[in-house]
Amino acid sequence: MFEQFKARAEAVSAEVHRFASKTETIAFLEQFLRSEGIGGASPERAVWADRAFLDEETRRRLCERLPGLSFRVTRESAAEARIGISRMDWAVAETGTLLVDATAIEDRLVSSLPLIHIALVATGRILPDMASALGKFDPARSRYLSAITGPSRTADIERVLTIGVHGPKRLIVVFVDGGEEP
Amino acid sequence: MRAEFKQSIESALENATLTGALGKFSETYRISRAKAYEGIDFEALRTQIAERKSYAASQLEALAGQFARNAEAHGAKVFRTSDPRQVKEYILKVAREQGATSVVKSKSMASEEIHLNAFLQEHGLEVRETDLGEWIIQLAGQRPSHMVLPAIHMTKEEVAELFSKEVNERLSSDIPRLVGVARRELRPKFLHAGIGITGANIAVAETGSLVLFTNEGNARLVTSLPKTHIAIVGIEKLVARFEDILPIMTALPRSATAQLLTSYVSIITGPAPNTDGTMKDLHIILMDNRRTEMARDPQFSQALQCIRCASCLNVCPVFRLVGGHVFGKVYTGGIGTILTAWFDALQQSEDIQGLCIQCGNCKELCPAKIDIPGLILELRRRLAVEQGQPLVQKAIFSVVNNRRLFHAMLRAASLGQKPVASDGFIRHLPFFLSSFTKDRSLPAIAETPFRDRFRKIPQPKCKEKAGFYAGCLIDFAYPEMGEAVIRILNQAGVEVVFPDEQTCCGAPARYSGAYEVAAQNAVDNIRAFAGQDIRYIVTACPTCTVALKHEFIRTFESLGRGEWLPQAQELSAKAMDFSTLVKQLAGEGRLSFQKLPEHLPLVTYHDSCHLKRTLNVHQEPRELLRSAGRDIVEMFEADVCCGMGGSYSLKLPRISASILRRKLANIEATGAAEVAADCPGCVMQIRGGCDKKGLNVKVRHTAELLAERLA
Repeated sequence: MFEQFKARAEAVSAEVHRFASKTETIAFLEQFLRSEGIGGASPERAVWADRAFLDEETRRRLCERLPGLSFRVTRESAAEARIGISRMDWAVAETGTLLVDATAIEDRLVSSLPLIHIALVATGRILPDMASALGKFDPARSRYLSAITGPSRTADIERVLTIGVHGPKRLIVVFVDGGEEP
Repeated sequence: MRAEFKQSIESALENATLTGALGKFSETYRISRAKAYEGIDFEALRTQIAERKSYAASQLEALAGQFARNAEAHGAKVFRTSDPRQVKEYILKVAREQGATSVVKSKSMASEEIHLNAFLQEHGLEVRETDLGEWIIQLAGQRPSHMVLPAIHMTKEEVAELFSKEVNERLSSDIPRLVGVARRELRPKFLHAGIGITGANIAVAETGSLVLFTNEGNARLVTSLPKTHIAIVGIEKLVARFEDILPIMTALPRSATAQLLTSYVSIITGPAPNTDGTMKDLHIILMDNRRTEMARDPQFSQALQCIRCASCLNVCPVFRLVGGHVFGKVYTGGIGTILTAWFDALQQSEDIQGLCIQCGNCKELCPAKIDIPGLILELRRRLAVEQGQPLVQKAIFSVVNNRRLFHAMLRAASLGQKPVASDGFIRHLPFFLSSFTKDRSLPAIAETPFRDRFRKIPQPKCKEKAGFYAGCLIDFAYPEMGEAVIRILNQAGVEVVFPDEQTCCGAPARYSGAYEVAAQNAVDNIRAFAGQDIRYIVTACPTCTVALKHEFIRTFESLGRGEWLPQAQELSAKAMDFSTLVKQLAGEGRLSFQKLPEHLPLVTYHDSCHLKRTLNVHQEPRELLRSAGRDIVEMFEADVCCGMGGSYSLKLPRISASILRRKLANIEATGAAEVAADCPGCVMQIRGGCDKKGLNVKVRHTAELLAERLA
């Protein structure tokens, strides 16, 4: 199902990565953030709506190495950030869609305001279709459910597909193997 | 038809940018839509949507109540009203209470329907559309021309011009840069607005949830950043259960933009937290505006099944020529005509309902299974009942119904022009048909109508008999088509009878909304064929076949004349189109064609609307032509209307001619030397077009091509 997800998601301009462990995932993210200028002296900003993927020690270490990175997600910090990072609850193979209970405002801010959104999801959470994915949620509890399929797009001017309007211009999906929950 | 309306059509047709953009889009849409639906059983899917939405439409009151209770239990405030004015006042009241001065909106047709922006601006609020297309339209001070692609009628240069003015900076027409300007300009608006207004694509009664589909990501910002969210929901958006989202989620993006899914789908159930830790002030307005009344109408309740995908606009041969602005209202295209008649007033649809050529393309692709052309016809009927028929139209029908007189008049007109008739065409017809002839030559009216020629064809005595129903064009203009049909049937051992009392099939009257006239036609024809010892009633005009097979019944039903139904059904059971019958006879081994080798020119086949979409016949004529040794080369959009549409070409000759031009170009591109069609109306239109254009292409009825190949 990973291959199907990847093909569908890439067909709508998402970028898809997969790593064998938490350590490799964090290494990739660090390297990626650095390449996007989060590391420098007057750095670009990144905000990470982390739940419990990183321990205190790792967060501290990452913030030291990447001065532009913050785990405090506010309206202001998300609006300034170049990159937003958040976890997803499920991935749907048939359409290349990610689903997340985004009731927490932080989840919505980091996935809608920055130019680049990095979506972390456990490889074990790929489902075949939307029917099974929607069945995982109880709308009474999940007040704001988001399904995300590729980056923000429009074809409103002369029907020409253009990526990145009000939401992210790049959607980077990172799958984490090994039973880790990002 | 009002003069301004005709004028708006003229200018739309002359707007090359508009017709170019729409034409190109409609061509790619059909292909990409089909691709998006690959692996999906579309019939099953749309049956499911139609069932669930029609159930919801039948339970509007209960579902609205259930939705309100559930949404309120989660902390939303629900306001129900049937009055658009109250919707606007409610929103203004909320804005005043919140002390809000600015509003950001994501796309909402319901808000367009009630002209919300103008109202709020008059009351001092700053209102900003954030969907790119809607923002463009707002800056231009226009109405959306398309439900899904509001600014499809504009060029990038026009957009650059508008944006340049707005940001006071000289911008180029580079599209990604223009999109970047929208992001930059609107971002602070999202961040500072006090209120976010959205519509909803679905409202779920069982959970009180709203579902929003967007691609740009603006709806997520509109619903997350301002502290107040107001959703305006037309009550036809209600569905009973959460699981009803799924079929709509499957169909809407595929039908609307040929996507498997839009970039974002948000399902909002009650207030969620704001950025300052408070909970969202969520208001949901359930707006009726005549929807309940519509739900009670046995014919029009199905229009509430619409999921607003706009595919009926995208596949409409007329819409792609004239665009949305000629509709003059918020909702455009086929479904828009119906919605306008209800949300505005029936009279408001008087001109625009006439734009429908009744080709049936939209009905075939509607994901909610709405019979859009059927409902437009019903509007036409109601308008005709309300206003009475125009005098000229009445006069025409009284002539059409008197066969000998009709022939005599046509013939007289035809003879009057004898000197300018050449190659079987009349170039300028001084009659009520005269507006036909600018882009298409008319056929010469036959000296002897088919009904008189038939008497001279000796009929073999056979066990199996068929009645032949000629219809106007074969009877008066193309008797040779009728003769070809007779030859083929006789060869297969079928004796043909021609009841002389048969008259017009009623299609012209029915398509003009004159159902009483159509019913009288039906009665006359039923009487003409009653008591004949015949197994089939064959007709070589699909419009006539559809009348005999389906529309006599429907006309009697809608006029409540149940006493005629048994006889209409009996006639319907016997009625058959030419190709289906002949294919059947050939299959029984009763017909054979000359064998090759003989080099014959390539043929391209044009599908008539009624044959392809109402009668579902398209393989049969092709297979017959091939078995008769003819090679077929398919033209692009073979099943798109030729622009004839019966009296349509009379009422809207310019549109008819523009549709025809596309057809001729597609024919020319095949390089075929001959066109075959199963409909004498299509033959008349296409042959006339080829003649005017000087194309060296022969256009004939399939029966004629087959008859000359009989063994």
